Amino acid sequence: MTHSDIRKPFPWHILVFLGPGLLIYLTVSVYPLLDTLRLGFFSEDESGATFFVGMQNYANLLFSEVWSEPFWNALKNNLMFFVIHMLLQNPIGLLLALLLSSPRLRLSGTYRTLLFMPTMLSVVIVGFVWQLLLSPLWGISEDFMYNIGLGDYFDAWLGKEGTALVTLSLISVWQFVGIPMMLIYAALLNIPEDLNDAGVVDGANSWQIFWNIKLPLLLPTISMVSILTFVANFNAFELIYAVKGALAGPNFSTDIMGTLFYRTFFGFQLQQGSPTMGAAVATLMFLIILIGVAIYLFFVQRRIQRFQL
Amino acid sequence: MSFLTIKGAFRHAAKIGLGVFALTTLTAEAGDKLVIESWRNDDAKVWNDVIIPAFNKSHPDIKVTFTPTPPADYNSALQAKLQAGTAGDLITCRPFDVSLALYQKGNLEKLNDLEGMNNFPEVAKTAWSTDDGKDVFCLPMASVIHGYIYNKEIFKELGLSVPKTESDFFKVLEKIKDESRYTPLVMGTADQWEAATMGFQNVGPNYWKGEEGRKALIDGKEKLTDPEYVKVWEHLAKWKPFLGRGYQAQKYADSQNLFTLGRGAIYPAGSWDITTFNEQADFEFGAFPPPTPDGQKTCYISDHTDIGMGLNAGSANKKEARIFLSWMAGPEFAELYANQLPGFFPLGNHKISIKDPVASEFLSWRGQCEQTIRNSYQILSRGTPNMENQLWNVTVQVLNGSMAPKAAAEEVEKGLKTWYQPHM
Repeated sequence: MTHSDIRKPFPWHILVFLGPGLLIYLTVSVYPLLDTLRLGFFSEDESGATFFVGMQNYANLLFSEVWSEPFWNALKNNLMFFVIHMLLQNPIGLLLALLLSSPRLRLSGTYRTLLFMPTMLSVVIVGFVWQLLLSPLWGISEDFMYNIGLGDYFDAWLGKEGTALVTLSLISVWQFVGIPMMLIYAALLNIPEDLNDAGVVDGANSWQIFWNIKLPLLLPTISMVSILTFVANFNAFELIYAVKGALAGPNFSTDIMGTLFYRTFFGFQLQQGSPTMGAAVATLMFLIILIGVAIYLFFVQRRIQRFQL
Repeated sequence: MSFLTIKGAFRHAAKIGLGVFALTTLTAEAGDKLVIESWRNDDAKVWNDVIIPAFNKSHPDIKVTFTPTPPADYNSALQAKLQAGTAGDLITCRPFDVSLALYQKGNLEKLNDLEGMNNFPEVAKTAWSTDDGKDVFCLPMASVIHGYIYNKEIFKELGLSVPKTESDFFKVLEKIKDESRYTPLVMGTADQWEAATMGFQNVGPNYWKGEEGRKALIDGKEKLTDPEYVKVWEHLAKWKPFLGRGYQAQKYADSQNLFTLGRGAIYPAGSWDITTFNEQADFEFGAFPPPTPDGQKTCYISDHTDIGMGLNAGSANKKEARIFLSWMAGPEFAELYANQLPGFFPLGNHKISIKDPVASEFLSWRGQCEQTIRNSYQILSRGTPNMENQLWNVTVQVLNGSMAPKAAAEEVEKGLKTWYQPHM
C-alpha cells in the first residue's frame, strides 16, 4: 500500500469548529439581512396580506414627495452628523492620543481611563445628563457661561431648529471620542522610539517629527477609524431617540436614517408601522453604507502606504 | 447593520413571548375564569383589590382575573394571542383604528345589543364604532379631559380670577408676566406632543365647534385652511411670550416639575396630570376649561375617549363576559373607577360623585360645555403623511415662532390632500 492510496479523511473538525459560529452568524445576521432585502419588494394591505410590488417602495422613497422629503432630509442630516464627527471627533481623538503618549505627561493612565469613560456609558444616561446640563431651567451651563462672560450666548440649543442637530452631534462626539483616541494611541505606542530619535538627531523639531514621521505611520489607523465612524454614524439612532424621540424635532431637524427607519417600521403614535416600507428604508441604509465602504476600499485603502516597522 | 438584525431578534422575541403567554392563559382558562387583557399595568392593584371584589359581591360565581401586558408591547402581544387563540375573554380596547382593525378581522364581538350600552352617548361610542357608526365593538370605559390647571396661591397673591373669555385669559397671562417672576404658562415644545395635545386639541374645539367641526373635517366640508382652524394656531402663536425661558428645550417632565415646584401659574393640562400633581404639589391647585373666544356663548371641551373594553369573539365564556360588561356599563363600576383613578372619567350617563376636587371640577364641565374628541384620531390619521404627526410638528413650529399660523394650516391640509379623497 502506497501513501497516495490513503485517502485523507474528510476534515470534520473544521466543520465542527466553524459550525456554531457560522450558524449563529447565518441566523442572526445573514438571514435577517437577506429577508430584509426581500421584504423591501413587497407591500401589504389592511388585512396584513403581503404582495409583490417590485421597486415601488423604492420609487416612493426616492421620488414621491410624501416619502422623499423625509428621506432626503434624514440623509442630509445624517451627512451633517457624520461630517461633524469627522471634523471633530477624529482630530480630537488624534490630539488626545498624542498628548497621552507624551512621556512627560504624568498620570496618563488616569486621563486615559477618564477620557474613555463616556464611551462605556449607556446612551440613555448620556442623553439624560446632557439634557440636564444644557437645560435652560435647571442646567448649570447657563451659570457657567455667565461666569466666563459668555452668558448672552446661552440658548436652548437642544430645542432650536438651527442648533439641535449640531448640539446632539457634539454630545455624540464627546461620548465616542475615546474610541479613535484609544486606537490611535495603540498605534502610536507601536512606533519605535528609534525613528523619533533619528529625527531628533537629524535636527527635526517636534512638529516635523509629527508631520513627517508619526502621521504617515498613523494613516492606516486613522483611515480605519474614519470608516468605523462612517458606519457607526449612518447606523446611529439611540442618542437622537433618547433625547428627541422618534419624531426627531423640531421640524425633523434631528431626523437621521435610524429614526426615519424606526418610525416607518414600528410606526409612531397613530401612524401604523409598515414592515415592508421599513425594510425598504433599511435596505437603502445598507446600500448607503455599502457604497461608502466600497469607495473607501477602492480609493483610499489601496493607496495608503504601509510601512514595515 | 445592527438595524437589520433588530428585526430578526424582534420576531424571535415575539415567538418566545407567545409561548409564555400561551402557557399563562391556558392555566388561567383551566379554572373557567374570565381573563381580562389590558395595557394598564399601573391599574392592576385597583382591579384586583377594588373592582373585581366589588363585582364578585353581586356575582360570586364568576371568577375574573386581570392580566395586563406592558403598554408598549400590548398591541403586538394581543395580536399574537388572538391569532393563536389564547387571548383572554375581555379585551381592553385602544381607541379607533387599532381596535377597528381587530373588529374587521373578526377578533372582537359586535356589542350593539349589550345590556347597558344605551347608557352611553354617541360621542363616547365613536372611538369603538365602525366608520358608518352602525356597529359598536367595545364598551366605552373612560376618557381624559383637557383644560388648564392653575396654582391657586399665585392667583390669590396677584389678585387674579379665573378667566372666562379669551381676552381675559391673555390679560391674566399679561398680568402674571408683568407683576411677578412666575412663568405664566407652563408648557414646553421639546417633546412635541404637548403642543398638539394640550395646545391644539385643548384650545381648538371652541373654534371648530366641537363635534360639528370634527365631522365636517372628516366629510371634507371644512378644510384646515378655513378660518376656524387658522385661528387656533393664531391663538397658540400668542402663547409664545408667556412660555418659560428656553421652553423649546423644556420636556414634559420639566413642565410638571416647574408647576409642582410652584414656579409657574397656569398649566395646559390633561386630566391625567391630576394624580401626579396630587402627589407632588404642596399648594392648592384648581382647574378651568379653555376660555371661549370673546362673544361666544357655547363652550366646547376635548373629552377624549381613551380606553374601552371589548369581547373576544373566540371566547368560550361569552355569557359570563357579557354579564361582566353589563356590570361595567352600570353606575357602580363608573363610581369605583373614577374615584380610584382620578383624571380618568367614565363615559356613561350616570350621575356619579367624584371625591377629588380637581377631578370633579374637570368633570363638571361636561354639564356646561359640549364635548368632542381629538379631531385627528378618527380616520384622518390613516394615511401618509400622518395627520397626528403633522399636527405635532407644525404646532411646535407655530409655538416656536418659526412658522406662521396660516402656513401651518396649509401644510397639514396639503398632507391630507395627498391621500384623503374628501379633501382632494
